[in-house]
Amino acid sequence: MEITEDTIKHVAVLSRLEFNEDEIGTVTEQMSSIINMADQLSEVDTDGVAETVQVVDRDTVFREDKPEHWQNRAELMKNVPEQANGFIKVPVIINKDEDE
Amino acid sequence: MNFKSTIGFEVHFELKTKSKIFSPSPVSYGAEANTETNVIDWAMPGVLPFVNKDVYRLGIMVALATHAHILPTTHFDRKNYYYPDSPKAYQITQFFQPLARNGYVEIEVHGKKKRIGIHEMHIEEDAGKNTHGTNGFSYVDLNRQGVPLLEVVSEPEIADPDEGYAYLEKLRKIVQFTGASDVKMEEGSMRVDTNISIRPAGQKELGTKVEMKNLNSFEHVRKSLAYEEKRQAQVLLSGGRVQLSTRRFDEATGKTVLERVKEGDADYRYFPEPDLAPDHISQKWIDEIAKTLPRSAEERYNQYVNDFGLKAYDANVLLQTKESSDFFDKAVAAGADPQLAANWMNTQVNGYLNDNRVELTDIKLTPEHLAAMIKLIKDGTISSKIAKKVFAETITNGTDPKKYVEDKGMVQLSDTSVLAPMVKEVVDNNPQSVEDFKNGKDRAIGYLVGQIMKQTRGKANPKVINKLLNEELNNR
Amino acid sequence: MNYLNEDIDSLNQKLAQGDLSAEKLAQDTVANIKKTDDKLNAWITVQDDAKPAADLDFAKNKLAGIPIAIKDNIITKGVKTTAASHILDNYIPVYDATVIERLKKAQATFVGKTNMDEFAMGSSTEHSYFGATHNPWNLDKVPGGSSGGSAVAVASGQVVAALGSDTGGSIRQPAAFNGIFGIKPTYGRVSRWGLIAFGSSLDEIGVMSKRAKSAAEVLNVIAGSDDHDSTLSTREVPDFTQFIGQDVKGLRVAVVKEYMAAVDGEMHDVIQKQIDALEDAGAIISEVSLPLTKYVVPDYYIIASSEASSNLQRYDGIRYGYRAEDTKNLLDVYVKSRSEGFGTEVKRRIMLGSFALSAGSYDRFFRQAAKVRTLICDEFDEIFANNDVIVGPTTTEPAFGIGSEISDPIKMYNNDILTISANLAGIPAASVPAGLVDGMPVGFQIMAKRFDEGSIFKTADFIERTNKFYEKTPAGMED
Repeated sequence: MEITEDTIKHVAVLSRLEFNEDEIGTVTEQMSSIINMADQLSEVDTDGVAETVQVVDRDTVFREDKPEHWQNRAELMKNVPEQANGFIKVPVIINKDEDE
Repeated sequence: MNFKSTIGFEVHFELKTKSKIFSPSPVSYGAEANTETNVIDWAMPGVLPFVNKDVYRLGIMVALATHAHILPTTHFDRKNYYYPDSPKAYQITQFFQPLARNGYVEIEVHGKKKRIGIHEMHIEEDAGKNTHGTNGFSYVDLNRQGVPLLEVVSEPEIADPDEGYAYLEKLRKIVQFTGASDVKMEEGSMRVDTNISIRPAGQKELGTKVEMKNLNSFEHVRKSLAYEEKRQAQVLLSGGRVQLSTRRFDEATGKTVLERVKEGDADYRYFPEPDLAPDHISQKWIDEIAKTLPRSAEERYNQYVNDFGLKAYDANVLLQTKESSDFFDKAVAAGADPQLAANWMNTQVNGYLNDNRVELTDIKLTPEHLAAMIKLIKDGTISSKIAKKVFAETITNGTDPKKYVEDKGMVQLSDTSVLAPMVKEVVDNNPQSVEDFKNGKDRAIGYLVGQIMKQTRGKANPKVINKLLNEELNNR
Repeated sequence: MNYLNEDIDSLNQKLAQGDLSAEKLAQDTVANIKKTDDKLNAWITVQDDAKPAADLDFAKNKLAGIPIAIKDNIITKGVKTTAASHILDNYIPVYDATVIERLKKAQATFVGKTNMDEFAMGSSTEHSYFGATHNPWNLDKVPGGSSGGSAVAVASGQVVAALGSDTGGSIRQPAAFNGIFGIKPTYGRVSRWGLIAFGSSLDEIGVMSKRAKSAAEVLNVIAGSDDHDSTLSTREVPDFTQFIGQDVKGLRVAVVKEYMAAVDGEMHDVIQKQIDALEDAGAIISEVSLPLTKYVVPDYYIIASSEASSNLQRYDGIRYGYRAEDTKNLLDVYVKSRSEGFGTEVKRRIMLGSFALSAGSYDRFFRQAAKVRTLICDEFDEIFANNDVIVGPTTTEPAFGIGSEISDPIKMYNNDILTISANLAGIPAASVPAGLVDGMPVGFQIMAKRFDEGSIFKTADFIERTNKFYEKTPAGMED
């Protein structure tokens, strides 16, 4: 299948990654060959086959509704790049869903 | 040209659990920022979710109360999107195999009954909270991250804003009476998103829909839908096209304002959550939960009005919250006269709650106390005047009414063998009052009653005294 | 000191008899790592202050006082954990992975964190923010990956055992390239709590050691149920050392013709020799076919990358990890932190995964891959209905040269063709040294049915006893 630069740019937006104009050609080429390798799967007849999304020997695994305190705020805040008064500080938000 | 509206709702309820859906952090309202969080809520590297059983239990209660079909196998999925209040950058929800499908609620509008279908309902996690500063920064608090939510998605079968209002009222009442959620819009435990499209009467395919999110009250929902009906009609009549968009309701102007235009559905890249195993919901468990399902508001209303003979108004006041209805039911079960119990609940108890700004769960008065007090009134042990004193004591200090009445010697004097000589003595000592009575002055009786009350320090049974006085006076 | 001629039992004996003190063992281990790691680069973090646990009980705890290496994608409280990524290069966790808690309880000594391909994505340990790791058998060759650091630490005698993780062969392939034993247990055998996620439905923590028995001893400690991982089995964990020293007579061994066809020449001969040895000892050998083998690479790359694209979204520069400077707004923080913080291979996988899950691609890629996965599982079930183990080569060739494949991702991905089926099917699999080809080690892979690690240990121990590869010392360490 044909993978265009626009597709790759769209996927980059979804992935919150950027590639500059010098890179985008190479990335598209490389992604195109990887995607086409992956697309070999289309050859396999899977009519009526169920999906396997995990291989587990359990189901219905629940925990009782018991509240617990594990870490305190100071511990959790240790790795925060920027914080203020117990909040995580982030630059202003422009738009909630940029995924269009 | 005539237009038909199609309205749908997505309503989120916070489910009332003690801990979060995928982490054991406590769920509380109003805690200091980021104090009710742990490594799971923060999406630290290497953490895994673990499902809280009660989230399913409460969700199943709502599914049962809305006649929905509970799926035998459910699975959580990931909804991928970036936002600072979503630490994993995905929300764990149920997209492919939700908790339940095909439910309904029955509404009554303009005297007509109608069933509104529920397309599906699923459980998912709430996000944290962003507070936007004015300095170019936002501040993230993850306390709410992971609070369990139940999202109820209606069929687009609602034809006008009044039906919409009725649907929300009914849905809230149903969920409220399962006890699964606090359903408080002001605290965010019930959140309403709505969408509306219009089309010319006779046209089959639906028009372009406009969404409105996080409306503050049912009244705003009604107003914004009514406004949208008119606005969209004008757009179409003037030859324009309705834009697929999200709008917000502006309280000040009563209008809706464009927030953003959508070019298509956002690409959330849903896929099954590999960190959680599938969940099999057995009929046995559903049956067990069904047994614990509290009676619906509707059932209670019918009992109050038809069996207890309460007025519709009184019944509705009792049914404003599940807590007050439960309190009333327990008082009646403990032997209280339903009418008296309703009167006390709706006047004295509510008055106390309002004056002191407390909830029914915070007070020391129990339904058993109320029942005991009402019994004392009914059997003439105390007067309603004394009852008010007893009530004040019990609701503040939790004192047992019967014990209090006995300890304080408040028991009403009804014994005629004690009261008759007193009546005789008072009448003897007040010839002027006898004269007045004979001359037809009713006030005289009141004066004499007062004298006896004074002597008995208010404990004499007014009914008995009145009867004895009348007899005595008529004999003179 | 080094551990080229040691295993857990021999060290435990010396410690118990007082021939060696655990303090000295910890210090000497760190000193030796520092001495040898200039040329190997097997470690990202070495704990200079490493010391044994208090009140060591050598009789009760086989691992007491014994230094164990930890792959740097396993969360260690208070010790920097990077997953070999710039985006986490200063990250200090505030909790321990379940496997770390268990090792602490068993009184193991911690000396540091080993190098790997960034976020475990790679087969050569060249994709590390901290530089490539070198193979001790030939310093110009890759050690394999992604658990290359752990493999090299063991093969070079820096430690006697190491934890690795295996999503598509990341324990077995480097074990093969370095001439050591490495086992990926059944999916659900070892808790993933505290393993930095790559492909959640495929990831498994496992053990690498010179001798199979040492791995059994470590697995005894780390396996078993835990209330943090709801995909974990609650099955009872056997004592895996009981399978060491057993007879292979009557063992039903399946040889996959597609796997054997993937190797030729000397490599084929070395593998065949192991099969012959099994047959000579009374094992029942039969040839079987896994026709879907040619589809496992695309199947795996779609599933692993899809899961990874979602798992790695949390690295956004907000709560921890690298945040780009000079950002104008939130979107900028996301895009710049991630674009600067992730390496090329990680970005490729994220892109592939986002694509496979995106609207319009989901059915053709992710859903189709999930269905093919079912068919792959079925093929294995069929073989295991009549066989105890499946054996063959672990890789198609011995270690390749550093830099020789890094620019050709598809060639690199195809390296995993023999190992990834075990992850897709969730079955246990191990690599045990088979011999040398052109001076480089070659691995013999053993797979078994779910939760039957026992048959793997039995077979691996037999191969070990037969070819005595453990007596060999890596060429690069003989100086």
